[in-house]
Amino acid sequence: MELEAAKMIGAGLAVIGLFGVGIGIGNIFSSLIAAVARNPAARPQVFPLGMLGFALVESVALYALLIAFLVLFG
Amino acid sequence: MAGPLEQFTIRALGAGADVPLAEQPFYVFTNSALWMVLAAIAVTLFMVIGMRRQELVPGRWQSIAESSYEFISNMIRDNVGLEGRRFFPVIFTLFMFILFGNMLGLLPYSFTFTSHIIVTAVLALMVFTGVTLVGIFKHGPRFFSLFMPSGVPMVMAPLMIPIEVISYLSRPVSLSIRLFANMMAGHTMMKVFAGFVFSLGVFGVAPLAMNVLLTGFEVLVAFLQAYVFTVLTCLYLNDALHLH
Repeated sequence: MELEAAKMIGAGLAVIGLFGVGIGIGNIFSSLIAAVARNPAARPQVFPLGMLGFALVESVALYALLIAFLVLFG
Repeated sequence: MAGPLEQFTIRALGAGADVPLAEQPFYVFTNSALWMVLAAIAVTLFMVIGMRRQELVPGRWQSIAESSYEFISNMIRDNVGLEGRRFFPVIFTLFMFILFGNMLGLLPYSFTFTSHIIVTAVLALMVFTGVTLVGIFKHGPRFFSLFMPSGVPMVMAPLMIPIEVISYLSRPVSLSIRLFANMMAGHTMMKVFAGFVFSLGVFGVAPLAMNVLLTGFEVLVAFLQAYVFTVLTCLYLNDALHLH
């Protein structure tokens, strides 16, 4: 197999992990919405935690993207 | 036509611009260093000029400068507690430096110095060693009880302690990679879409609209990543000061 083709296949395989990240981000925001809906006054406390959780989950997405870039361009 | 990753090359400025960086002396002034200096100057001007007229009812600039102070002060009070107040200058500087570094990278023809792992790794290592030293100087040898959570039977200790140590050592790794990967991925995506604009001709308005939205998203990500870096620093500081 040519190196270029193997690189493309590797990059494609690396981003399969984003499947879990999509579920994670949806989970975070669904709990955020449910929490604010149950108790709208808690929003200033819950929202920063929601943003922190979102950024931590998105960083996993970026680890996968990083591996894809390393495979494709490294 | 350059590829999407060429925007991240560090090059010397001025006379030796075409010489590769590996052949330059280590003290050469690079584009990364220039944008770090610009970020530091921008933060200083932002705070000094914002607080120049200390009105009781603040105008716009003073209001933003004061609310950035209050934002970090509240973050420290909520996440570290009252002993964290003496770390306010470090946390504030860290937050503003990373924020302005991320934001300045969104200007056309600029350079995002936080998109390099060497820069974010140094910032994360500074946070990690600083927090560990604070913990050791405050608690002495008892600091290492951080790795043995309370209420766990001693039988599980040979399993728990290596796991805790590894997860503690992975903190600077995750801090640095999170910031670096977010910045690099965002800017690479913007360049890729910009390439599509050029190659599609008339129909290039579609990737152009996508690029506009992506730039807006990148502004949000710039702020969010600076916030997350700072919040995690506060949480690690809380762990070191209060040992769980």
